[in-house]
Amino acid sequence: MERSDVVIIGAGGVGCAVARELSRYKLNITVLEKECDVAGGISGRNSAVVHAGFNNVPGSLMAKLCVEGNQGFEALCGELDVPYKKTGKLLVAFDENDMESLRGVLAQGEANGCKGLRLVGADEMKDLAPGIGGIGGMYSPETAVFDPFLYCIALAENALANGVQFRFNSEVVSIGRESSDGFIVKTAGGSEFGCRLLINCAGLSSGRISEMAGGPAYRLYPCRGEYFILDKVADDLLPMPVYPAPRKGIGGLGVHLTPTTAGNIIIGPSAEYISQIDDLSCTKPVMDGLYAEAKALLPAIERKMIIGSYAGIRPKLAPPEEGGYRDFVIKEEEDCPGLVNLIGIESPGLTASMPAARMVRRIIGDRMPLEEKEDFIAARKAPVRFRDLSEEEQAELICEDPEYGELICRCQKVTKREIRNAIENPFGARSISAIKYRAWATTGRCNGGYCLTRIVDMLIHEYGMKPEEITYRSAGSEMFDGKVK
Amino acid sequence: MNRSETSTTQYDVLVVGAGPGGLAAAKGAREAGAERVLLVERDSRAGGILNQCIHDGFGIVRYRQQLTGPEYALKAEAELADMGIELLTGCHVLRIDAQEHVHVVTVVSADGLKHIETGTVILATGCRERTRGAIAIPGSRPAGVFTAGVTQNLVNVRNVMPGKRVVIFGSGDVGMIMARRLTLEGAHVEAVVEIFPQPAGLSRNVSQCLYDYDIPIFCSHTISNIIGKKRLEAVEISALDQDMQPVSGTERLIECDTLVLSVGLIPENEVAQTAGVALDAKTNGVITDEHLQTSICGIFACGNARRIMDLADFVSEQGEMAGRNAVAYLRGAEMDTWDEARTSSMAKGFPEEGVVTCTLCPTGCQVRFNEETGEYEGNKCKRGAQFAEQERTAPKRILTTTVKLADGRLLPVRSAFPVSKQKLPQLVRQTSEITVSPPVKCGETVTTLQDGEREVAVVAAAEM
Repeated sequence: MERSDVVIIGAGGVGCAVARELSRYKLNITVLEKECDVAGGISGRNSAVVHAGFNNVPGSLMAKLCVEGNQGFEALCGELDVPYKKTGKLLVAFDENDMESLRGVLAQGEANGCKGLRLVGADEMKDLAPGIGGIGGMYSPETAVFDPFLYCIALAENALANGVQFRFNSEVVSIGRESSDGFIVKTAGGSEFGCRLLINCAGLSSGRISEMAGGPAYRLYPCRGEYFILDKVADDLLPMPVYPAPRKGIGGLGVHLTPTTAGNIIIGPSAEYISQIDDLSCTKPVMDGLYAEAKALLPAIERKMIIGSYAGIRPKLAPPEEGGYRDFVIKEEEDCPGLVNLIGIESPGLTASMPAARMVRRIIGDRMPLEEKEDFIAARKAPVRFRDLSEEEQAELICEDPEYGELICRCQKVTKREIRNAIENPFGARSISAIKYRAWATTGRCNGGYCLTRIVDMLIHEYGMKPEEITYRSAGSEMFDGKVK
Repeated sequence: MNRSETSTTQYDVLVVGAGPGGLAAAKGAREAGAERVLLVERDSRAGGILNQCIHDGFGIVRYRQQLTGPEYALKAEAELADMGIELLTGCHVLRIDAQEHVHVVTVVSADGLKHIETGTVILATGCRERTRGAIAIPGSRPAGVFTAGVTQNLVNVRNVMPGKRVVIFGSGDVGMIMARRLTLEGAHVEAVVEIFPQPAGLSRNVSQCLYDYDIPIFCSHTISNIIGKKRLEAVEISALDQDMQPVSGTERLIECDTLVLSVGLIPENEVAQTAGVALDAKTNGVITDEHLQTSICGIFACGNARRIMDLADFVSEQGEMAGRNAVAYLRGAEMDTWDEARTSSMAKGFPEEGVVTCTLCPTGCQVRFNEETGEYEGNKCKRGAQFAEQERTAPKRILTTTVKLADGRLLPVRSAFPVSKQKLPQLVRQTSEITVSPPVKCGETVTTLQDGEREVAVVAAAEM
C-alpha cells in the first residue's frame, strides 16, 4: 500500500488546483484520476470563460470564490504560462424586460465586488462588439477567456514538479477507514492508497465518493450543455463573450457566444437535466436550437462555419424542480473527520478553482501545522507554440530544430516538434486527446483529416505503439483494430 | 541574419501542390518555355492523394490505360524527369503576398522558413473532406468515426485497420471504394447510408464496389444518432422525408464499431485565401476565368481547388493548361481556354437494370444486351460490346491490394491482367501472407498466385 498525507480524488480543474496549492507545503500528496489524463470530465467541456462573479448570489461561496478567482486569474495564468485573454464580456438585452434583468445583475455584481460593470446603450454595444443585435446591454471589463485544458495541464505539471504523485487510470472503487484517523482508498486496478486526509474533487462522482468515504450522500443532478465550435474564419466576428440577459429557468447562463484563446468561437451551452452522468451526446433538437439562438445574437454566423460539437455535464446540487443554483459545498465533513468535500462545483468552478484550493488548504491548516517548502517552484513554462511566434522567431527555431519546420496539423499550424512535446508529456498520457489538448492538433476545420494519420504514424514508428494500443481517450476508446497485414 | 530568413529566389512559375494537377501544371509550364519552375508539396513525396488510391480506374483518358493511383502518380512524375523542374517536398506554403509583378510565397519546411519570389503562382491544392463536425451528426463522440480518405490512408498506406464492422455514411466514390477495400481486407460492411434517393458516386462504383460484395445501400436515409461511450457501438439510421428531415418511427439500429464518412469534398483553399483570391461562397472553390486565372493577375488555379472533379485525368489536363497559360501570361501571349464540358460523362447513381456501364474509357457507354436480336446496344465502339459480354458472362476485375514490405511499409500491387471477380477475396487473402523485400520497381512481379484456373502475376504498382 502506498501511503500519503493527502489523497486527492479527481484531476479536473479543482483537483489540480488543490494539488498545486498543497504542493507548496511539506506534504506527501497523491492524486487519483480515473481517466488517462487531466481535464477528462467537466473541466474539459465548458465555455472556457474566467467569470467576473456577477451571476452569483451575494454572500454565497460561489460569488466570493469567483470574484477572488477572477482577480487572481491573470497572474496565475502568467505564472503557469496558460493562454489567457482579458476580453471583457457583454450581456445583451433584446427588450425592456431584459434591461430590467441586467439592472438586477449589475446590482448583484456590485454587491459581490465585481469591478467596472456598467450598462451600455446600443451605440456603445456596436463599438464593443460590432454585429451583435439587441437594444442595450451590460459590459463587464474583467471577464476573460482562457484555455481550460492547458490550465489543468499546467497546474498538474507544476504540482508534479513540486513532488505531487499522479495516478491515472485509477478509478476509486472503495474507501475504507484505516483507523479513526485515516483512509484506505482502493482503485479498480487493485492498488491501495493510505492517507490521513482525503480531498474529494471527483466532480460528477463526488456524491458517490463522499458516501464511499463515510460522508454524507450528496445527490448530484447531471445537467448537460451542448456546444458548437466554429471555424477560425469566424474569429473576427466576435471580440468578447456575448451572453443573453439572464432569464428565469434552470441554472445555466443561456446560450452564448464565446471566442476562445485558440481562435474558434464556441456556441452554447444548452441546459438539460439528464439521467446519466456520462451521456455526452449531442442531440438534434438542441443542435438546431443552438444555431438559431446564436444566429439571433450574431446574425453573421453561418451554418457552414460549424466544424464540431461537444457536450459537457454540470454537477448540479439543485434538482430539476428547483432549478437555478445551489451553492458550492467545500468543507471537512463533521461526521467524517479527514474527508474534505468539494461538491457541486459547477460554473464558475474553474474561475473559483484556486480560491477553492486555498480554502482547502486553510481547512487542512486548521487540523495540522503546514510547513512551507523552501524549494517550491512557482513558475511553469509551456512548450513553444510555433503559430504564436513571429516569422523571425519561427525561422530561428527551425534552425535549432528542423522538426519545427515540419507542419503536421495544417489547420492549426502545429509542427512535428510540438506533437513530440505533447506525446512526451510528463504524465505519459499518449491518447489522441492528450496530444490534441496539448498541441491543439486535430481541432481545426478538417477534424484531423490531415494530421491524424501522421500522428498515428509517429506513435507507431517513433514510439513503438501498436495500432490497437492507440486510444482516443481512456481505455476502451481504442482507435484501431490492429494492423491490416 | 540566419540562412532561412534571407534566402530569396526568383521563379517564373511556382506550383502549390504536387498531386495530378500540380505535376501537370509544372510540366505544362516547362514545356511552354518557363525557365524556372518550382513545385512545392507538403507531403514527403509527390503524387498527392493518388498515392493512397490503390484501386484502378485512373489514366483511361490521359494514358489510354487502366492504372492504379500510385501508377498514375509515378507516370505523371516520370514525365517531369530531366525537365529541370525543382520539387520541394515536406514543404508547406504559409502564405502568398500578391503584388503587381511578383508574388512572394512564404514556405516552411525542415530546411527553414523562406520567402520565394515568383512571377506566377498555380494553385493545385486539391480538396479536403467534409467532416462529422461540419454536418453535425447527433450523438456521442466515441473513437471509430473516420472520414473515407483517412480510412483509405490508414488501410492502404499506414497498415492500420480501423475496425471490423463498418457502416459507411455517404455514397461518394471514396466511400464506395472503401466499402470494397475494407471488405477485401476482412471487415464486414453492414451498410452504406445515403441521404439522397440515388447514390452520389459513379454507377460503376455502385456496381463494382457495392453490388459485387452484396453491400446494402439505404438511400433517402441519414445517420440520426451515433452511439457509444468510448468506442463506437452502433449507429441509428432514419428515413428522410422530402424536406430531408428524419421521419420519426423509422429509426433502426445498426451495430458497428466503425463509421466511415464519405459526405463530400471541399476545395482546399487556405493558401488561396492568404493571397486574397476570390472564392465561390457556396463551394469554396477558387473562381477563375476561362483561362484558369483567378481574380488576381498571375495567380492560376486548377483541379479540385477550383471545382471537385470526378477523374484525375481531367485534373491533369487542366493543370497542364494552367501551366501553359501562366507562361502565356508572363509573355503577354494568348492563353488557352478551358472547356468546362471537358469532364467525366460517366453515369452516376444506380446502374440501370440490365445495363452495363463500360469502364474502358471515360465515355462510359451504357451498353444493353438485346435478348431478341442477340446484339449489344448503346456502345459507341466494339470494345464496349466485348466489355458488356464479359460483364454478362464472366465478369473480371483487376486485383488491387497491398503487400507487406520487409520494413513494415505497404506496397501497392495489382494483378497483371483482370481476374475473375469471384476470386478477388481469395487472392487478397493470399497476398496478405506475402512479405516483399525492398527495393521494388513499379511493374516488377512480386509474387505469382493461383486463382484455381491459372497463375496470376502480381506486380508492384509503385516504386518503394
